[in-house]
Amino acid sequence: MSDKVRVALYWCASCGGCEEAFVDLAEDLIKLAEKVEIVFWPVAIDMKKSDVEQLPDESIDVSFINGGIRLSEHEEMVKLLRRKSKVVVAFGSCAHLGGIPGLANLYSKDEILKYVYLEAPTVVNPEGTMPKEVVKVDGQELELPKVLRLVKALDQVIDVDYYIPGCAPPPDVVKKALDTLLSGKLPPKGSVLGASSRSLCDECDLNKTKPEKILLKDLKRVHQVKLDLSKCYLAQGVLCLGPVTRGGCGTLCIKGGMPCTGCFGPLDNVKDYGARALSYLASILDYDDEAQAEKVIEEYVADPAGWFYRYSLPKSLVRGRYQGSGGEAHG
Amino acid sequence: MSDVRIGVYVCHCGKNIGGVINPAKVAEFASRLPNVVVSRDYMYMCSSPGQALIEDDIKKYNLNRVIVAACSPRMHEPTFQAVLKRAGLNPWLLQMVNIREHVTWVHEDTPDKAEEKAEELIAAAVARAAHLYEITTEKAPVVKSALVIGGGIAGIRAALDLANAGIKVYLVEKKQSIGGKMAQLDKTFPTLDCSKCILTPLMVDVARHPNIEIYAYSEVVDVSGSAGDFKVKVKLKPTYVDWSKCTGCGLCVEKCPGRAPSEFNEGLGFRKAIYFEFAQAVPRKPVIDPRYCLWFTKGICRVCSKVCPVGAIDYEQKERYVELNVGAIVVAIGYEIYDMSKMVEYGYGKFKNVITGLQLERLSDADGPTKGKILRLSDGKEPKTVAIVLCAGSRDEKHVKYCCRFGCAAALKHVYYIKHSVPDSKVLIFYTDVRAFGKGFEEFYQKVRSWDDVYFIRGRPAEIFEDKDGSLVFDVYDSNTGQLINVKADLVVLESAVVPPKDWEPLRRLLKVSCDPGGFALELHPKLRPFETTADGIFLAGTIQGPKDIPDTVAHAAAAAAAAIGFLLKGYVESVPYLATVNEDLCSGCGLCASVCPYDAITIEEKEGRRVAKVNMIRCKGCGACAATCPSGAMQQNYFTDTQILSEVSTLAGGAK
Ligand SMILES: Cc1cc2nc3c(=O)[nH]c(=O)nc-3n(C[C@H](O)[C@H](O)[C@H](O)COP(=O)(O)OP(=O)(O)OC[C@H]3O[C@@H](n4cnc5c(N)ncnc54)[C@H](O)[C@@H]3O)c2cc1C
Ligand code: SF4
Ligand code: SF4
Repeated sequence: MSDKVRVALYWCASCGGCEEAFVDLAEDLIKLAEKVEIVFWPVAIDMKKSDVEQLPDESIDVSFINGGIRLSEHEEMVKLLRRKSKVVVAFGSCAHLGGIPGLANLYSKDEILKYVYLEAPTVVNPEGTMPKEVVKVDGQELELPKVLRLVKALDQVIDVDYYIPGCAPPPDVVKKALDTLLSGKLPPKGSVLGASSRSLCDECDLNKTKPEKILLKDLKRVHQVKLDLSKCYLAQGVLCLGPVTRGGCGTLCIKGGMPCTGCFGPLDNVKDYGARALSYLASILDYDDEAQAEKVIEEYVADPAGWFYRYSLPKSLVRGRYQGSGGEAHG
Repeated sequence: MSDVRIGVYVCHCGKNIGGVINPAKVAEFASRLPNVVVSRDYMYMCSSPGQALIEDDIKKYNLNRVIVAACSPRMHEPTFQAVLKRAGLNPWLLQMVNIREHVTWVHEDTPDKAEEKAEELIAAAVARAAHLYEITTEKAPVVKSALVIGGGIAGIRAALDLANAGIKVYLVEKKQSIGGKMAQLDKTFPTLDCSKCILTPLMVDVARHPNIEIYAYSEVVDVSGSAGDFKVKVKLKPTYVDWSKCTGCGLCVEKCPGRAPSEFNEGLGFRKAIYFEFAQAVPRKPVIDPRYCLWFTKGICRVCSKVCPVGAIDYEQKERYVELNVGAIVVAIGYEIYDMSKMVEYGYGKFKNVITGLQLERLSDADGPTKGKILRLSDGKEPKTVAIVLCAGSRDEKHVKYCCRFGCAAALKHVYYIKHSVPDSKVLIFYTDVRAFGKGFEEFYQKVRSWDDVYFIRGRPAEIFEDKDGSLVFDVYDSNTGQLINVKADLVVLESAVVPPKDWEPLRRLLKVSCDPGGFALELHPKLRPFETTADGIFLAGTIQGPKDIPDTVAHAAAAAAAAIGFLLKGYVESVPYLATVNEDLCSGCGLCASVCPYDAITIEEKEGRRVAKVNMIRCKGCGACAATCPSGAMQQNYFTDTQILSEVSTLAGGAK
């Protein structure tokens, strides 16, 4: 065995962006290749589950797992990787917090399948074929992965050592996280790597343009205002989640003229991202009567769960919509 | 304090708790909870033996957390905190669990469940107690001086009381003279003594008092700092007279040809362009009203400057500002008459012979525009029939909802004025209720009722019309007799509603004092603390807190002064234990906490190249708004940190057993 660091990369319910995030390291990738040996990466290398099964336990130094846990297959694979790895890193918002797929927790499994296979306007399915867990093809019985009742973040299924935030994690953050991991000087377990310990405002150039008090009479969506890019967006009435979001991204969205949507998740001291976000917004809305506030929320924050829990619904205290007692989410 | 050692004390409160649940069983349950070293029950924990039990245990078992499961912390938290103090523990290592109001009193019918609830609450408190920490408060010195805003009878009384207690007082009055509405009254009910005769000696006392500095014709424009150490910016409006030179001889006023409607006489009659508010004005220093002065309006005249023997006239004078540093502020800016022209149906402002009660005061005053004769404004004739309308604008959904509290008594006094000036007149009083509640009022009411040609009619006039001869006609539905009466009167007097002064709103915002639905200043407690406000160090005197007659105003002002004196002489202000504290490492300087703090206790400051929040310990009242807002979890509130609350809540959510 070489003295290179043995690394595995795996994807669960993800869009592929996190895989891309590795490729985005560009020339740094070459330097990385000198230090690491990739033992498992289904996207790039043709390897099967059985290959991993054959590895001795804890023989992988670091496994980077991205995507939320949506299928029984994901559950199986991450448990397997956990057994085979010394360190497991949840890579990207979905593995970290449940991510955008986690918003599916607002619907039941049946509702989702029904919509996706029968009702969606782009679907043509005259026979009403629905996915089954066991199918017969040419006399052969095939077993397909099961759709789980709820999407979960990685640490709701296995023990996770570190997190790399972002949707997807920007190259700088990935690089910094890798440097930390490869340096051998490991931070305390549970740390979020490559990012800041303070909220985005701390590194935002526009923070100093904030007025002494921000009390909002009106909320605006980005397409409804001509944003002054040199002034704090929040102060202009645009719902920026920078204050409640971990910094470290280098304010990429802000620099691109878009408010922060919160993909880096909450700070260490915050238990529930969306609840915090809502709490801070509610505090600075300056209304005398409730009806007025309700109207603004309805008009501008039309989809509160989508706003405040865009990346973190599975990790929230409620985890998703209540689907009757006895469920896995409510133990 | 790494090693958490908890003592749990379950009180029977006689039968209050012990009659419903079994405290011994609950204590036994508690003894099995994590970190609990000792757990006991006792008949009355708050009694001396009960307290001694805890105190001894603290020493014997080396306890560093105490949980008392008894009544509401509002009741006995201080009692048990004192026990901890005596035993050498920080009082904030106490956690109370309310198993009386929250458990046995409300679940008497289901004792089993009540017992379970008590246990769960105690388990939650045990979880929370592990996260309690020592809290110390801080003291800041108090500046031994006071600002009194408004120089009516309330401000005068408060200023004198403060000054007599040895406190330096700055009295800021927006008009040329102190005195307020009381100076405009002819006589005062129910004793009918001359208003000015009892007021002006007090005004002179104020002027002469070595501890009082009057800023007349001035306004408060900025207030910063906090209780015990306010910085106040006062604007001295230009008077165009150098008051340091002026001797108050009044020659300028005498000779001035400029004429302006007299505010003091409520628009009846005129004053000069250079004027004193009224003859006995304090300070006796005139001001020029540039809106009417011929030099300012037409560039001619300058008579005043020619006659002034000391050369005090200064047409170039500009506004000036002074900065005052005071420990306490007494707000005494009084009230205003509701704009009666808003009640179009009564024709005030349109019909000359419809006047307000305060205008009648001016007509009745020997110093007034008619030398004390009550006459009709349209033709100068004596009114033979006078209608007095009570609750004009008051207790009226469309105008002012509350009662003015002195209109009824003032109306009785006004009957006297009219009968005194025009003995053969007929007076009709239209009332809704006659509220003669004050000392001596009922006797006064009975006396007025007994006079000839004085009629009390229960009803509010419908629309008032003017006759060709200037008299007024209207219909009234008399609810006592059920009849519609047709009235023709020579003069109508409206006992008008009262409202807070127009410039109260901006001042209120500066002072951060809340207001009631009528706009008047909101007291700290309607019964127990009626002259204090939610803003520490700011006190209320007189009618700015709500309508009052003079005796009530004076009592209120004296109480406010006493409270302010107590506050100032204590010598220090102390921070609240429930203080907000910032974890600077986590703080991003987003500034949202500062945005929501109702006490302006938070500033964002530069520190080592970045922005961080800073809490002013004395200003913070521990409301928790910032902690709930802080998106970083950097702002925490003592005794209510996220960790403390969450450990309690999650224990409750998980069940006690
Ligand atoms: C028609 C009528 C008759 C009445 N008759 C009687 C009676 O017979 N007996 C009785 O007991 N009560 C009577 N009252 C009630 C009496 O007027 C009040 O009780 C009394 O005047 C209240 O005193 P005050 O100091 O609170 O307010 P005010 O007398 O209104 O004094 C407030 C002072 O503050 C000043 N001020 C206002 N705003 C500011 C500012 N922003 N900055 C600085 N200064 C400011 C004002 O110029 C004024 O000098 C009568 C009221 C009316 C309307
Ligand atoms: S709200 Fe929190 S993060 Fe923002 S400035 Fe205040 S303490 Fe700092
Ligand atoms: S607790 Fe309340 S008073 Fe204290 S700083 Fe926070 S917001 Fe201000």
